[in-house]
Amino acid sequence: MALRKVKGNLERMFDKNLTDLVRGIRNNKETESKYISQCMEEIKTELRQDNLAVKANAVAKLTYLQMLGYDISWAGFNIIEVMSSPKFTYKRIGYLSASQCFHQDTEVLMLTTNMIRKDLNSHNMYDSGTALTGLACFISGDLARDLANDVMTLLTSTKPYLRKKAVLLLYKVFLKFPEALRPAFPRLKEKLEDPDPGVQSAAVNVICELARKNPKNYLSLAPVFFKLMTSSTNNWMLIKIIKLFGALTPLEPRLGKKLIEPLTNLIHSTSAMSLLYECINTVIAVLISISSGMPNHNASIQLCVQKLRILIEDSDQNLKYLGLLAMSKILKTHPKSVQAHKDLVLQCLDDKDESIRLRALDLLYGMVTKKTVMEIVRRLMTHMDRAEGTMYRDELLQKIILICSQNNFQYITNFEWYVSVLVELCRMEGTQHGGLIASQLMDVAIRVVAVREFTVGQMALLLDNAHVIVGPAAARSSIAEVLYAAAWICGEFSQLLANPKATLESMVRGKVVSLPGHIQAIYVHNMLKLYAHIIATAEEEDDSEMIEEVTNLLLERLPVFVSSGDLEVQERASCIVHIVTYVQKCHKHGDKVGADLALLMTGELNPVAPKAQKKVPLPDGLDLDAWINDPPSESEEEEDDALEKEIFVKADSSYKHRKEKYEPSEEELQKLRDARRAEQASNPYYVKSSALSSPRPNHNSIQVDEIPVTAIDLNVSLKIPGMTSLDKYQVVDGWQDGGKKRHKKQKKRSKRKGQVSSSSEEEINRMHVVNTDIGEMPEGAHLSDDYEIDDRPEDDPHRALDINLDEPLSPNEVLPTRTHYEAHAQRKIESNNEAKLIPSEIPLKMKTRNKKERKEKKEKTKKVKKEEKKVKKKPSRDANLILDLIDPLKETVISDKVPVAANHINGIADAKNKEKTSDDLDFWLSKELSQTPESCMDGTTKTASPSTPSSSKDDSKSKKTKTKKEKKAKKEKDRDKPEKKLKKNEKEIDTLSRNRDEYEETNGTVTQEVEEKLAVPEPQPYSRLLAEDSHIRIVYSTAAMDGVMSEILVCIKFISQSSKPISKLQLILPDSSALKMIRTDPQSELVNLPWSLDPGESKETQLSFTAEDVTIPHKLRGSLSYIQDGSSSSSDISLRLEFPVTTFLSGKTASRATFTDLLSSGQLSARSSFTLPNCPWSFPEVLEELTLGGSLAVVECVDQTASLYGRSLHGHHVCLLVKYQASHHLTIDGKSTEGILLSNALDHLKTTLMQKQ
Amino acid sequence: MMCRRQLSECQHLRCSSLDTPPTMIKAILVFNNHGKPRLTKFYQYFNEEMQQQIIKETFQLVSKRDDNVCNFLEGGSLIGGADYKLIYRHYATLYFVFCVDSSESELGILDLIQVFVETLDKCFENVCELDLIFHVDKVHYILNELVMGGMVLETNMTEIITRIEDQNKLEKQEGPYNSASTSSLKAGLAAAPARAVSAVKNMNLPQQIKDIKLPDLPAAIKDLKF
Repeated sequence: MALRKVKGNLERMFDKNLTDLVRGIRNNKETESKYISQCMEEIKTELRQDNLAVKANAVAKLTYLQMLGYDISWAGFNIIEVMSSPKFTYKRIGYLSASQCFHQDTEVLMLTTNMIRKDLNSHNMYDSGTALTGLACFISGDLARDLANDVMTLLTSTKPYLRKKAVLLLYKVFLKFPEALRPAFPRLKEKLEDPDPGVQSAAVNVICELARKNPKNYLSLAPVFFKLMTSSTNNWMLIKIIKLFGALTPLEPRLGKKLIEPLTNLIHSTSAMSLLYECINTVIAVLISISSGMPNHNASIQLCVQKLRILIEDSDQNLKYLGLLAMSKILKTHPKSVQAHKDLVLQCLDDKDESIRLRALDLLYGMVTKKTVMEIVRRLMTHMDRAEGTMYRDELLQKIILICSQNNFQYITNFEWYVSVLVELCRMEGTQHGGLIASQLMDVAIRVVAVREFTVGQMALLLDNAHVIVGPAAARSSIAEVLYAAAWICGEFSQLLANPKATLESMVRGKVVSLPGHIQAIYVHNMLKLYAHIIATAEEEDDSEMIEEVTNLLLERLPVFVSSGDLEVQERASCIVHIVTYVQKCHKHGDKVGADLALLMTGELNPVAPKAQKKVPLPDGLDLDAWINDPPSESEEEEDDALEKEIFVKADSSYKHRKEKYEPSEEELQKLRDARRAEQASNPYYVKSSALSSPRPNHNSIQVDEIPVTAIDLNVSLKIPGMTSLDKYQVVDGWQDGGKKRHKKQKKRSKRKGQVSSSSEEEINRMHVVNTDIGEMPEGAHLSDDYEIDDRPEDDPHRALDINLDEPLSPNEVLPTRTHYEAHAQRKIESNNEAKLIPSEIPLKMKTRNKKERKEKKEKTKKVKKEEKKVKKKPSRDANLILDLIDPLKETVISDKVPVAANHINGIADAKNKEKTSDDLDFWLSKELSQTPESCMDGTTKTASPSTPSSSKDDSKSKKTKTKKEKKAKKEKDRDKPEKKLKKNEKEIDTLSRNRDEYEETNGTVTQEVEEKLAVPEPQPYSRLLAEDSHIRIVYSTAAMDGVMSEILVCIKFISQSSKPISKLQLILPDSSALKMIRTDPQSELVNLPWSLDPGESKETQLSFTAEDVTIPHKLRGSLSYIQDGSSSSSDISLRLEFPVTTFLSGKTASRATFTDLLSSGQLSARSSFTLPNCPWSFPEVLEELTLGGSLAVVECVDQTASLYGRSLHGHHVCLLVKYQASHHLTIDGKSTEGILLSNALDHLKTTLMQKQ
Repeated sequence: MMCRRQLSECQHLRCSSLDTPPTMIKAILVFNNHGKPRLTKFYQYFNEEMQQQIIKETFQLVSKRDDNVCNFLEGGSLIGGADYKLIYRHYATLYFVFCVDSSESELGILDLIQVFVETLDKCFENVCELDLIFHVDKVHYILNELVMGGMVLETNMTEIITRIEDQNKLEKQEGPYNSASTSSLKAGLAAAPARAVSAVKNMNLPQQIKDIKLPDLPAAIKDLKF
């Protein structure tokens, strides 16, 4: 026995370990693959051994080999064995290997569920940590579903290390199992407040990533993130949050306005470049989303541009690069501010770093104006001359053309210049953009009639110098394409040629046959056009000599083309040869054919709209899927099969599919053909067979390889004689090399003289007109018929995560828990007649089984899985049914095993909630807005009510209408009984006085309005008097911010009652033991108010508090000191802020569904009630008191009975049933999860209702 | 023909890459100046062949850049696409390349690479390429403390090092394991002189020695001369 052990150890010692493997590979460099295959064999034998240590060693080696590109998925099962080892050392090896080679479709993964669960729940922190890390790499949909609950449990682990990892893993779980998102989200949200910064950061990370993909669902979290942003110092987290805000602002411009200030502060203060950069990026995003309405809008842009300039000027290439990147974002919306830094961008073009040069080029594209286009292009062209590497040069060339041609040549004023630029570009060696230049040339020649003659002249020159362009370097480039354009232009507009015969000669001459086929074809065809033109003019002039000369020239040269290998060339050439011989024959008879010949080529060339082709309506009776000819026979198909598979990889299936579809008979086909012909005849857009239309350019098939290389070594300079030099235009337009400053002065002077080329853009006249019609379109079609498409691919997992998170959870939305899932798993195995698998048993079990069995099992489980998947998609009831069918052994019906689709929505509740959450956000957005300095400065008072800003804007308006209403009401009431009148009057006086104090509708409540409000009860803060003296009156209202932060927001409003301005207001509010204020300066109890109060003015401030215990009422004592102008000493008022328990309640998540669920769930153990036998208030008034004063929400209101709901900041539920009987008998029954809270709340409500009495 | 095959492979790749969720960090590659991979971590599934192609392509993109140019590269064709960037740093003989999407801050990732390398430096005491060659598993464990499933887990170096040291301690407690670390071999069979053993191993003898039948064992041991 001992000996065997020794032997085992000895063998182990001589096993290669990882180090030996690596060393071996290094020592066998020449025979590496052989060595490795030898090692693989060894590993395979090692894996067959019982000893787990040996296996772990083998797996470790496999992991290394995987990195070198060897597939190790065959060892999947062994990897799992190693993963299941109780030893951390081996486990870690196993998980590492799994994370390297497993993926979600790995089949062995389904064996791991229980093992991973065990590891997750291991008492050893690093076991769970390793499992979490591994799971993050290979989690599959099934694993996500089965382990979601375990991951959730880890969220509450005492170890931050595990919490952190669990939080991150949740993201992967959501992606694979979107149903988990809603039930898990509240917990995840809690983690934003985790005491450990790492966990907090991880939570931010996950939520940011979720929000980035579906921003609209996370808008309601904006206040929380805002808080984090202004309080956190962790740069990593800040960056994430700021990036997230960048994604949120486009959805909510008001958020952007709020962000500007803290962001600019950060920009000013931070020293971390990464943070600075992200701040700038988000500010840019904000500025893009709010195009107007910001007073310091320009200042922010200037700040950004300035900071970016610093980045770009930095010696660090990374900062330079990022600076340019961000600059290009500003450019889109604020081109003017970027254009000021043109010098900098141009300077970056000289940078040695290609990435930076390319970025600078991108910027230039947007910086072009009519004024600068020439200079920029000139600069770019000089760069091009200097640039090394064709790739960058091509990029430059492309940019030049893009710059010039953007928006229908928007910035080009002088097209002669542009044509010259294009011609100049032809000299670029080895470019791949010949086709681009060619299409530009044709575009200009066709659309800019004014420069057509000039263009034609240039093209003739190009043709004449074709040998220079198609020089030795042309083989690798596509520059020959420009000859295509040149030939076509010269042919099409032959009447504009100065010397058609010379051009024809230059076309015929020389190296044409060495050009690509499609160019030759164009050559040949345009020779005919030229010929026709020459003949026509010669006939007019009776120049028979010329006719003969030209005819002979063609007849002599064309045979070369007739024997061309290119079908198109050959066909055209032989056709033309016959035309020419026919013409010759006619001339011999003395007939004039010139005019007839020219007819062959006439026809107007109009631009076609870009979408015209798509918009051509499908004629009736045309079946595009029908066979035009008989389908090829079966045998042919087979013959071509091999070939077809190679050429049309995917065509095969559709091909067969189509065949089955429809086979028209010969008769039908004939009919169809006739119909089509008739259609064509009446369709003006169809190229008719009768008229020869001008050939359209075809650029898409540039085959560089096909250009036969015949290298000619010509010592000719690349300058083509007679071509216009670009310098000419520079002089004409006043752009000169160097001396920029002087130049500017000149410009100014010339402006006064009224020269065309300088001064503002508007003054620059276009020298030529471009035909910019949208082009021809089929009748009835419109260009704008476009629809938006979600750019995310269909199977993007983030689509599934587009889930409303504000909606309250329904009780059936829970994570699948272990218990019923195990039952499920068990059944699965039983149904396959397999024994139950326990993780520890796996190795043994599997070893006894032979491979065949294993395979069988795999297949079976696969089948079951497939069926399961099907099941998952169906609603739960169906699912149970199907499961019943699958599994006859199943005895008990397991309810809600399959999580109900998350988007199951109770319509009413959803609508209500949307309203509520948006209210919340609106509140937050509006309140902060009113805090911003500029709004305080402008002297107008802002509303403290949580009404939407639109209503606050319309304040004055609504007030007016209100007073009108009141007057009306008064008149009506005057006719009523005198005693009632008295009361009403009192109330009105009260209302009016409050109006004077600008309480606004919050308090100015009149009975009629209450009735209106009943329909949609909105929780609004309820102002209470805080303190008052002869100079100042202070009121306050509280609102629970039901975010993660569990804060109470207190709005304190200061109303001046003095005739003199009041300044230096200071609040002193020391924290009590249970109530703490969130301060900017945690050391100081002072709150300095940065403004002063003018007589009659009112201003407000907001303070946030956190309470440790929300079940008991709190009080806070403090004082206010202020100085009245003119008096030397300050005055003091003592304050007492009261926080009854109802302060901590909010009713915003109330919905009927959750309410009934709550009541039936039995969670609400605490009960309490009170009655007011003689309540003088009407039922609506009572309700109003409860909703406004008590921060509860009405869930349901029937006659004189209402149910109300409120939730405390700490998640306690409070449900009230209010009954009001005819005899002013009020009963309020309460139920809650928290007894103390309930009794305190009811006490408070009772006293307030009594007080009102 | 060749082109077509590559194309179809790319299509295959695209399909497979859609199956796995997109992560913020898509891949982390470490290779040397000759393009030899020293650490590869893909947070999105690619088969082995694709992985090698990606490494190759990335190496070609990165290696032709000077040291004094910026550290960002816009997308290779194989990995990523428009939204992805390559962010890399070059240390002596090694390139550290992170392939990330737009949710990550470029400068942040550069910092992260720095943290990674500094952590390696601390853990290996003056890290050099050889450390990465022979202890790729350890490098993986270190990386796992920084990045998890393509998301940044921890950036605080002391925290990372504490975690790694804890785990190493745990490993040591569990006793000898002579595969991953050379040092722990000392605790192996009667503390056999590690060098001698590995010298024997390097002679490519193990197969023969293993073949020795059990009765011969004492002789074999004698030959080893303890």
